[in-house]
This record gives sequence, structure tokens and C-alpha cells, in this order.
Amino acid sequence: MIPRHLFIAISVLLLAVLGMSLYAWRMRGRAAAGPAVSVDSRPVVPPVAGATEQVTLFVAYDDTGVLHAQSASIPLPSVRQQRAEELLRSLLAVYLDKASPHPLPQGSDVRSVYLVDPGLAVIDVNAAFADGHRSGVLSEELTVASLIETLSANLPGILRVKILVEGKQRDTLAGHADLSGFFDVAAVNQMSTQLESGQ
Amino acid sequence: MRSTRKEIFGHSTRGQPIRRWRSGGAAAGTLLLFVGLLASGAVPEKHLAVYSTAANYSLPIVQRQGHEYIGLLELLDPLGMVSAKSEPPRWRVHYNNVLGEFTVGHTHGRVQGRDADLAGKFLMENGRGLVPLASLGSLLPRFLGGPATLHAESGRLFIGSIATHFTASVPSEDPSHLVFRFTAPVNPSVATEPGKLRMTFSHEPVTAPASSTLTFGSKTIPEATYSETDGAAQVTVTSTVPLIASFSRDGRTITLAPVKSQTAAATTGTPVTEAAAPAPSAPGTANTVASPQNTAATQPPAPKPSSSVARRYFAVVDASHGGNDRGEALSSTLAEKDVTVAFARRLRQELENRGISTLVLRDSDATVSVDDRAFYANTTHAAVYVALHAASNGHGVRLYTALLPYSGEDDRGPFRAWTTAQSSSMPLSQAAAASVAAELKKQQVTVRTLAAPLRPLNSVVTAAIAVEVAPPGSDASQLMSPDYQQLIASAVANGIADIRAQLGAAP
Repeated sequence: MIPRHLFIAISVLLLAVLGMSLYAWRMRGRAAAGPAVSVDSRPVVPPVAGATEQVTLFVAYDDTGVLHAQSASIPLPSVRQQRAEELLRSLLAVYLDKASPHPLPQGSDVRSVYLVDPGLAVIDVNAAFADGHRSGVLSEELTVASLIETLSANLPGILRVKILVEGKQRDTLAGHADLSGFFDVAAVNQMSTQLESGQ
Repeated sequence: MRSTRKEIFGHSTRGQPIRRWRSGGAAAGTLLLFVGLLASGAVPEKHLAVYSTAANYSLPIVQRQGHEYIGLLELLDPLGMVSAKSEPPRWRVHYNNVLGEFTVGHTHGRVQGRDADLAGKFLMENGRGLVPLASLGSLLPRFLGGPATLHAESGRLFIGSIATHFTASVPSEDPSHLVFRFTAPVNPSVATEPGKLRMTFSHEPVTAPASSTLTFGSKTIPEATYSETDGAAQVTVTSTVPLIASFSRDGRTITLAPVKSQTAAATTGTPVTEAAAPAPSAPGTANTVASPQNTAATQPPAPKPSSSVARRYFAVVDASHGGNDRGEALSSTLAEKDVTVAFARRLRQELENRGISTLVLRDSDATVSVDDRAFYANTTHAAVYVALHAASNGHGVRLYTALLPYSGEDDRGPFRAWTTAQSSSMPLSQAAAASVAAELKKQQVTVRTLAAPLRPLNSVVTAAIAVEVAPPGSDASQLMSPDYQQLIASAVANGIADIRAQLGAAP
């Protein structure tokens, strides 16, 4: 024999479950139909304090598939590692601009650059950088060359470069450019010469 | 009313309440499960796969009133000229010159003025006419004027004599192999698990053999079973050893063989297919046409370079990506992996037309790792390896040679470092790229030659180039244009043929 109050309580609970399920179902539909949450691309580090210096940025251009060396004046700190990070962030700022010649996904950032003697630089980019990167041999190659050339041209002594994503090794940038090994800067210089020529 | 409540709530007998409580609990459980399924959206949508000479396509099957229904207009649309007019409760559809008339709620319709049994009520939703799935076998021939065979359980519909049949047999000379012969080219996805190899035919109208279970009396491959489910046919082969699938005769033959036996065959030049496989021919002078083959295996390989083994294939053409790796999304409907495999087949044809025996890696939608690709290229001892890619940005063709990574390890005796195995072949690779570039320029195709950090070029021990094909204009769909593919494939084949003597002279 089921007490009446117990039956009423169970009925109310079942109705509540049904109601909440329908509510969750509707909310799920709304979330799917609504605009995707945009990545927060606001800077999380304070602006750099330091003297403005003339640097060379190697900027990729998708329309012609070439790499161009461009001069820029940017404030750089005195510590070498921070200089490396600022250089690459300045480069990324070009790519994240509305008029970018080589658009990178919103939220792309360089998490850190580690300089390890002798001559090793480890570039650690965030997941947004790699996850949303355009796929294609040339497109990915331009990005890799741009990062390495900008770093090695402004920080002499770098012989090898390793690119990590969120601190971890990744096979490719977006399906093509091999990130599993160490880049030989001398070989990348030659590759960049080809990319700069556009031939 | 009072007595009813007593009966329902169990105020009458001693044993009754528990039973009713249990049945109430079960009902509540069912309700919760249903609600949970609704909320999670876990109910899978069933589809009808339609195979016809005009098009192969898939349509959603909807559940109404406990029956499976299909939209008649959507079903007929890819097959010919079709239009529909909705005048509730009547619905008319014109297919070519055939008129069909249906009334909502009626279990019969009229096609060309003659009665047609629907095996269920006709429904209309938002002007869309729905007929019971079970009626298609009898209804469609009235519209199409030809046979239509429905496999209702698996959701497959065959229009006309479109079915692809197959046989499976174990060759008496080698009982460790199993050969499937199909009446039309097939391109299944191949998956392996311990003791089984499964081929799933999602796009081909493959139909059942005489018996759904085939036994072969082989210790290695005792049996294969055929099944159909959710719009696809599946052949599951039971084996006691890991198997590898090879495709030949343009996808009309699939040979399953133990992995070691197949690899050895590729290494030594032993023919592994029953038909057009030629005897090993001297590189550069081959004038026979090799049977095209593909290997789709998942065994982790180890590099075993050697220079003393006869060369069976002069060229290895590698359709990049495949399976789960779609490559670049060239458009909303076109994936890089599909372009590369189409291009690989065309290039193989062009090379073989020039007397260059060619092995195509990945002739199906299989997942092949880059290490496996390098392994197969190396073990076949081909003279040249060509990886194919496609891109939506830019124009023309980009040719790549390896950008070797910085390597702290050196070659040791006959063993080469895996990541820089290409180093000794770089001059040949650059020569091959230059030759292909020259031929492309002759055809007025925009071409660039670059180095790239692109695996597996750096692990291949022979001349190795990658060809990235971009569309001639701004539309990526032009990559699938037969004329454009032919132009590029022909030029690449010419470029390789031009320096075959130089490539063939390499060890």
C-alpha cells in the first residue's frame, strides 16, 4: 500500500524531472542556434616598457605566397627571452589585424619563448594558434618560416628552433608542416629565401 | 470515482499494491529514460542510401505513427525532373511525365491514373509528401518505369540494375590469401581489430553473395560474413593473423594477405595479384604496365633500407591524408583527401602510359600514418616517391622537396637516421622537382619549387617530391575538374619520364 502523500511526492518529482528535461532541451537548442562564444583576445600581460628599437619582421602574404622582410619600431625589454616573446607578439599583431596579409585565428598567442644555450629557441604557442590555423603546405610553411626568421634575424646565435603547442609537442601545425623535430635555422633561411623570391 | 482511486492506489488487497508499485516504477523509469534520451539527443537518425546510375545519395528516414516514412519529392529529385503541388489534403507530384496523386490519410494513391498501394497512410508535413518506406519497392517502379529493390532493414534502395556483386575465394596456390572480385570498382573503408578485418562499403551498391557467411577452409582466413546496416554493406573477414588489403584492377579486386607475406612480396617483387601483375622489370626501361595496387595497413613498420633488392615499382604515388585525416577543407563539400586520391589514380595512369610501373599508396579512404607511407616507399625500392596534396589558396602547382630537420643523430653504418634519411637523395629529389617544374611550365601552369618541412619526405630514401595542386582560378571545385587533373598529371608524368634514366640509375 502506497501512502497518498508518497505518491503525490513522487508525482511532483517526476513532473519536475520532466520539466527540467524540457528546459534543458530548449536551452541546448538555443545554445546550438546562438552565436559561438568568441575567443577572448584581450592582452593578459602588461604593455612592454623599454626603449623602442628597429627590428625586422618577416611577414607572410597569402595572396602571393611570399615572405617579406619589413622594418618595424617596437618597444623591447632588455632581457633576451622577453625580447624574443615581444618580437613574436609584434609579428602576431600584424597577423591578427583586420587587414592581415596572413590571417591567424583570433586568440592566437605566443605563450613563451625559451632560449636554451647553445643556440636553441623553443617557441610555445597557444592552442588557438594551431587549432584554427589554415591547413595547407604553403600556408603552414609561411607561418613557420615567418616565426623562425623573425626570431633568428633579430636574436643572433639561434641555430635550432622547436615549436610547441600549449607546452606539448605536436606532429603538425595544421596537418602539413612538421613540428615534431627541431628546425635547422640555416635550412629555414634557405627556405625563406625561396619564399621571399616568390618564384 | 472513489473505488477507482482505491483500485489504482492499492487500498484493496495485500499483494496487489506491490505489483502496482513495481509497474508504476517501471513506467516512471521508462518515462525518465525517454526524457533522458530526448534531452541528450541520443536517438540516432536513420538514413536511406539510394544507389542509381544517375546519383548515389542519402535521405533521412522519419518515424511517424510507428512506421518509417520517406519524402517522395526528395527521393525522386536527383533522378529526374520533378515538381510537386500541395492542395491539402491532396498532394500531386510530377516525375518526368508521370503523375502521382495522393491524399492525406489514405493508404492508396494513384500513379498515372492507376491505383497504388502504399502499405500505410500517406502523410503531408509542411507541403512535403511522406510515403511509407515499405511502399517504395512497389511504388517507385510505377514512377521510374524500371525495377527498384528495397532493403528496408538496412535502409538501402537499389534503382535499376545497379548492384555490385562479388565473389571471394582462396587461391589454391596460396591459401593464406583471400581474393575478392567485384563487378565494379569499390572503395571501402578498411578497419582492423584483433582477429578481424572489416570492409565497409558506404558508397557502393554492394549486395550479398549467395550466402551471408562464406567459409574458405583456410587456417589463416577461415571465413567472411556479409551484413548490411544503416545504409552500408559490411564484409567482416575472420583471420588468425593480421591482414593487409591490396587493391588492384582499378578497385575491382581486393586481396587480403597476411602482413608479412604482403610486405615480402612488395619487397621482392613477387606478384601478389592474380591478373596483370608483370614480372619485375628493369627500372627506366619498363614497357609493361604494372597492376596498380594499394596497401592499407595499420601495422607499425620499421625502416629496413636495402640497396640489393630488385625494384618492382619505379614510382610510388602517395595520396596524402585519408580516413580520419581529411586534410584541408577545400570547400564545404570537398576535402583534400578526396582530391589527392582522385589525382593519384590519374597520375598512376599517366605514368603507366609512359611505361613507368607505379604503386599508389592509399587507393581507398584508409588512414595511413606518415611513417607507414615512408616505410612502404622505402621497402618497394622505388626510384621516385611523389606525395600529392591539394590546396585552395594560390594558383597552379607548388613542388616541394624535403626541409631536413636539425638532427643530432648520424647515420650508423648501413643504418640511416629516420628523420634525415632523405639527405643523400636530396640532389635527385631536386632534379626530379626541376624536371617536373619544367614540364608544368611548358603547359603554362604556374609553378613554384620550394623546400618544406613536410613529412614523410625526410624519411624516404629515394628521390622524393611533394606536389601541391591549387585550383587554376578562385574556385576550389576546379581541383576535381578532369581536364585540369589531366593537365597536371600529364605534366608531372612527363617530368618524371624525362629523368627516368637519372632516377633509375640511383641505387
